[in-house]
Amino acid sequence: MRDSARIEYVLRFGDGALVLAQRLCAWVAHAPVMEEDVAVANVSLDLFGQARMWLSYAGELEGAGRDEDRLAFHRDAREFHNVLLVERPNGDFADTTVRGYFYDLWASLALSELAGSHDERIAAIAQKSRKENAYHLRRSQDWIVRLGDGTQESHARVTRAVDELWRYTGELFIGDDVDAVAVGDGFGFAPEALREPWLERVRATFAQATLDVPPDTWMQRGGKQGVHTEDLGYLLAEMQVLPRSMPEAVW
Amino acid sequence: MYTSISDGIEGAPDGGDARERAFDERLDRALKIEPPDWMPDAYRKTLTRQISQHAHSEIVGMLPEGNWITRAPSLQRKVILLAKVQDEAGHGLYLYGAAESLGTSRDELVLALLSGKAKYSSIFNYPTLTWADVGAIGWLVDGAAIINQIPITRCSYGPYARAMVRICKEESFHQRQGFDIMWTLAHGTAEQHAMAQDALDRWWWPSVMMFGPPDSESTHNVQSLRWKIKLFTNDELRTKFIDQTVPQAEQLGLAIPDPDLRWNDETKHYDIGPIDWDEFYRVIGGNGPCNKDRLQARVDAWEDGAWVREAAAEHARKHGSDAA
Ligand SMILES: [Fe+2]
Ligand SMILES: [Fe+2]
Repeated sequence: MRDSARIEYVLRFGDGALVLAQRLCAWVAHAPVMEEDVAVANVSLDLFGQARMWLSYAGELEGAGRDEDRLAFHRDAREFHNVLLVERPNGDFADTTVRGYFYDLWASLALSELAGSHDERIAAIAQKSRKENAYHLRRSQDWIVRLGDGTQESHARVTRAVDELWRYTGELFIGDDVDAVAVGDGFGFAPEALREPWLERVRATFAQATLDVPPDTWMQRGGKQGVHTEDLGYLLAEMQVLPRSMPEAVW
Repeated sequence: MYTSISDGIEGAPDGGDARERAFDERLDRALKIEPPDWMPDAYRKTLTRQISQHAHSEIVGMLPEGNWITRAPSLQRKVILLAKVQDEAGHGLYLYGAAESLGTSRDELVLALLSGKAKYSSIFNYPTLTWADVGAIGWLVDGAAIINQIPITRCSYGPYARAMVRICKEESFHQRQGFDIMWTLAHGTAEQHAMAQDALDRWWWPSVMMFGPPDSESTHNVQSLRWKIKLFTNDELRTKFIDQTVPQAEQLGLAIPDPDLRWNDETKHYDIGPIDWDEFYRVIGGNGPCNKDRLQARVDAWEDGAWVREAAAEHARKHGSDAA
């Protein structure tokens, strides 16, 4: 149990980065300005890089010979442990920006915690990812402010995106048995502890962006345990099509 | 990547005054022309067209390969492809910058593309149907682009030449990753090998056509050569490409789809079969398999992004800083 908890814990971070990276890479060549094609590609590249480190480590912990690609391309949706937030569709630029901002802000807190993990590999991956994340957060936060405090239309769009995505933010702060093992064994943190610092930052940024923080609502959950929204299946079907259709091929 | 879409020269030559003699002298001494320097109107217009066509090609060129980013078959391949397509966006940006230095704004140039008035390299009007097409594009299309672009690093217009130095370094990485994809497929399963051969079959002739019409039909080569914004003729570059690529196909164990292809011991070049110039002109004329889709994708990105650009501009106006 303790080993499998650690594997699942690592997969949660890896799958979160992987699924968000996969979402973001679909923007490249279609962004609102060419500079954003470059920027969104940067973020996506960083997240794929982080995902590869997490998945490789999960594969090593498991010791069953599964490498990053085996884990990325040959698992079904029920075996993915990312939070629901990252699998939400790209929508328009406001949806993507809000999703990214909520995740980046949480990741900045989570990675700071993990940087002090007693598991050296987790700590090392978190330390490297943290530097990249600081840039992602600066960028997404900046866009929240520009869109919120931009035109009437951008304000309306970003408000709608916040209202839509808010219910996927709660899961970031809900711990379960796996988190309990992580805390007990000193390789992870208690998610609940990040909620207040996260909310505080959201309030500050939203104030600057002239946006309202939505009222309390029911928070969707299940992603960490492998119970996802319907969208993840399509994301995986697209991402996994080649290795699944030619399982004996090397690419 | 720039390819000779059409070598049209804009306007009539200017009169032979002192400024023009100074300009000619700079060309003769292989000195660079820089943005503040006087230059003939026709030189400015021709270069603006050439550089902006090149920039459009980089940006439209992101689409066929971008089509496979979400489906790349390994994480390593995915990040390489993503980085490559990102590079192409960077190339577009440097090139629009170089074109802007001649006095036309990027938005104006982009709108000319979106209205269908400006051209881009016709090769991107072909579809990427399998993963092997991503390999074929890197190997052949970026390979052709390098051959086209290396001479431009020595062209007479400073900003264009300098942009090209930076771009060429990245293009050779693009070419290698494409060849590497082809190598892996060609040495993979029978199905993968067939996929690689099929991609070569479809991309070979369009790649050969990337260098533009034959010299016999390209009447404007002369002026561009004189101005040193073109340093070799279309046919010279095409020959170079074929000579370089045929041995690479042999290394891959793939067959080039040209029954007339053979080494000519007299010319020390490969002879090739007839090029289907009707196809070339048909695709340039708007009837390639993807012309409509490529342009629509750019129009959609522009229109869907309008509210974002307006928001950034409005926010900057309110807070007195720069827009996006
Ligand atoms: Fe390029
Ligand atoms: Fe390239």
